[in-house]
Amino acid sequence: MTSSDAYWRRARRLTFLLLIFWLLVTFGLTWFARDVNEIVILGFPLGFYIAAQGALVIYLAIIWWYNRCMKKLDAEFGVEEG
Amino acid sequence: MPGSLTRLQRYYLLYTGGFILFVAALALLEDHGMPPRWIGYSFLIFTISMYAVIGIMSRTSDVSEFYVAGRRVPAFFNGMATGADWMSAASFIGLAGTLYLSGYQGLAFVLGWTGGFVLVALLLAPYLRRFGEYTIPDFLSARYGGNAIRLVAVGAAILASFVYVVAQIYGVGVITSRFVSLQFEIGVFVGLAGILVCSFLGGMRAVTWTQVAQYLILIVAYITPVAILSWNVTGNPVPQLVYGKVLQEVTHLEERLFHSPAELEVRQLFRERADLYAQKIMQLPDSLNHERDQLSSQINQLKATDAQMKDIVALERQRRELPHDPEQARARWETAMFSAVDRSKPPIHHAEAFPGETEAERDILRINFLALVFCLTVGTAALPHVLVRYYTTPTVRQARESVFWSLLFILLLYITAPAYAVFAKYEVLAHLAEIPITKLPSWVAAWAKVGLVAIEDINGDGILQLAELSLNPDVIVLATPEIAGMPYVVSGLVAAGGLAAALSTADGLLLTITSALSHDVYYRIVRPGASTQFRLVISKSLLLVVAVLAATVAAQKPGTILSMVAWAFSIAGSAFFPALVLGIFWERATRAGALAGMVVGVLLSIYYILRVEFDSIPWLGLSGFRMEPWFHVQSTSSGLFGVIAGFMTIVVVSLITRHDPRSATFLRTIRVQSGAGQR
Repeated sequence: MTSSDAYWRRARRLTFLLLIFWLLVTFGLTWFARDVNEIVILGFPLGFYIAAQGALVIYLAIIWWYNRCMKKLDAEFGVEEG
Repeated sequence: MPGSLTRLQRYYLLYTGGFILFVAALALLEDHGMPPRWIGYSFLIFTISMYAVIGIMSRTSDVSEFYVAGRRVPAFFNGMATGADWMSAASFIGLAGTLYLSGYQGLAFVLGWTGGFVLVALLLAPYLRRFGEYTIPDFLSARYGGNAIRLVAVGAAILASFVYVVAQIYGVGVITSRFVSLQFEIGVFVGLAGILVCSFLGGMRAVTWTQVAQYLILIVAYITPVAILSWNVTGNPVPQLVYGKVLQEVTHLEERLFHSPAELEVRQLFRERADLYAQKIMQLPDSLNHERDQLSSQINQLKATDAQMKDIVALERQRRELPHDPEQARARWETAMFSAVDRSKPPIHHAEAFPGETEAERDILRINFLALVFCLTVGTAALPHVLVRYYTTPTVRQARESVFWSLLFILLLYITAPAYAVFAKYEVLAHLAEIPITKLPSWVAAWAKVGLVAIEDINGDGILQLAELSLNPDVIVLATPEIAGMPYVVSGLVAAGGLAAALSTADGLLLTITSALSHDVYYRIVRPGASTQFRLVISKSLLLVVAVLAATVAAQKPGTILSMVAWAFSIAGSAFFPALVLGIFWERATRAGALAGMVVGVLLSIYYILRVEFDSIPWLGLSGFRMEPWFHVQSTSSGLFGVIAGFMTIVVVSLITRHDPRSATFLRTIRVQSGAGQR
């Protein structure tokens, strides 16, 4: 196995893990919005809050985390931008 | 240089400062008696000439500059430009209104339009940048080979982008006609000029730098009014943090108002009206004749007794305005019936998710909510004018980072929109409901004059019940400055922001259409030997032609085209998303598979929209083909089926066709950065 294969494998694994997490947040949590709405924080019913703000911040965090890991991966495999 | 600002950052800081000074100066002038109309003009002229200056400064005669801004746009600024590119007139003006009207259900747009950027970041942006050509059809053609797929991609890109660009220019016409009282058609052509000054001379390079400027204006314009309103209502100027408390207040008011006897009576009256219309429609054409006869006999009676001329004229006008034939009567009465039915329904609680009487009703709403989120996310990750922005960064790493910045800048608007809706709802429930109609705040009358607010005192008690009030969604953002009692300069600022949102999106779309035609069709297929100079001439002429064409369509005020924008997401999603994602992540995907998948996806989406939404297409001689929706999914979410069918078709067809060994080489270059693997 060449090192370029290893690089791709790890990038792909990271992508799929984050994608599954994204799916759970977007569709999983939303499916139960009615039940989650019973909880109230800062005056917001939680289900409403997740769709209006919470999920968006999680999305941002997913992208941030992906960029961070990819940067590390690039460094580890000695990839410099051409 | 850490610690100090780059040249670009200094420029834009100066620009933002200049804009704030300009607004402050106008506020001062208004205080000294400058009429609102002139404030509107000042905003229009100032902002468009700013964009023109940037556009002229960025003029270029280089192909790479024209299509991808020379790939020199830093991640941070590309994020801002993408934000402006992405947020259209619909996001700026319409979204808060949709959230006002549908409460939690409207949040599907917020989730979908932001969640899509996760897909862009993880699945597309880095690979498109590493590939590094000019357009999305370029990518598909390089991955799968051949010109057929390029042509299909060009067709889908134009199909999705053109209706969208028409809607933006329409939006410009609406804003200019409302705030500086230009005639709508003239407003459309002012918009055309505003778009061309940004893109004609400098292509992507000029569009990028004006989009950054437009982002700054639109975000300031969006947040200012609601921040002031929040300060007035709660004493805290950060609406996103405090509207939870206001939402609680709204829920209390809802519980008190929804079941008051007067509200119930009004809803009952609307139900009776709906029944009456239903009866009249059933008895067509007799009911129409009957109504006409009745009016005639009334007129004759009045004429016999010497009644006031005024009353007779009024009745005669009523008779004249009756529908001319049963067809027209049916159409008109159906609209009236549906609007009465809507108003007779018990209103929904703002924060309640999937409100319904029964479990089955709730499940339909839940399915539709998720289906819409799915289509909007996938559509976001497939609209060519957004994806092409990630070709413009210097490196792959910067492309990844710029998705982060894009989402951050877009988030600022999308977490503010629900706050707008909640504050507006609080205002309506607390200060309009149960108030005598003669004592309503003045903004209601002002916007009723333009037809965005309508009040009908159906029970005749002189007091406003909630069901008697109907608001056009656009009014929420447009009227907030007046609701909060702010000077006109803030309204002007909002108009300038809406204009910036519409113009920036129109520019991006226009460039996508132009490059699809000039680069993909003309240069890649018709005349591959064309000189660079000639290619630019072709691009610029096409840009002009497409822009004028779009403005001409917009000037016709096409009502249907606005609802077609929602379909653009489904069409773009089912055309591009499966082919792009499988193209990057599945080596076995073949040309035949991708072609079949794109065609099947788009056709299925369009088929579903047509059969669910329409019953006949007269000019094709088709009629009576309306069908029941599958799984109760609305036509705006037709992409759900299109995308799934697209994925399945690509997989099946790819597995039964022979796969091209060259795809492995291509994938190595886009998956792994240059340098990796050689060590």
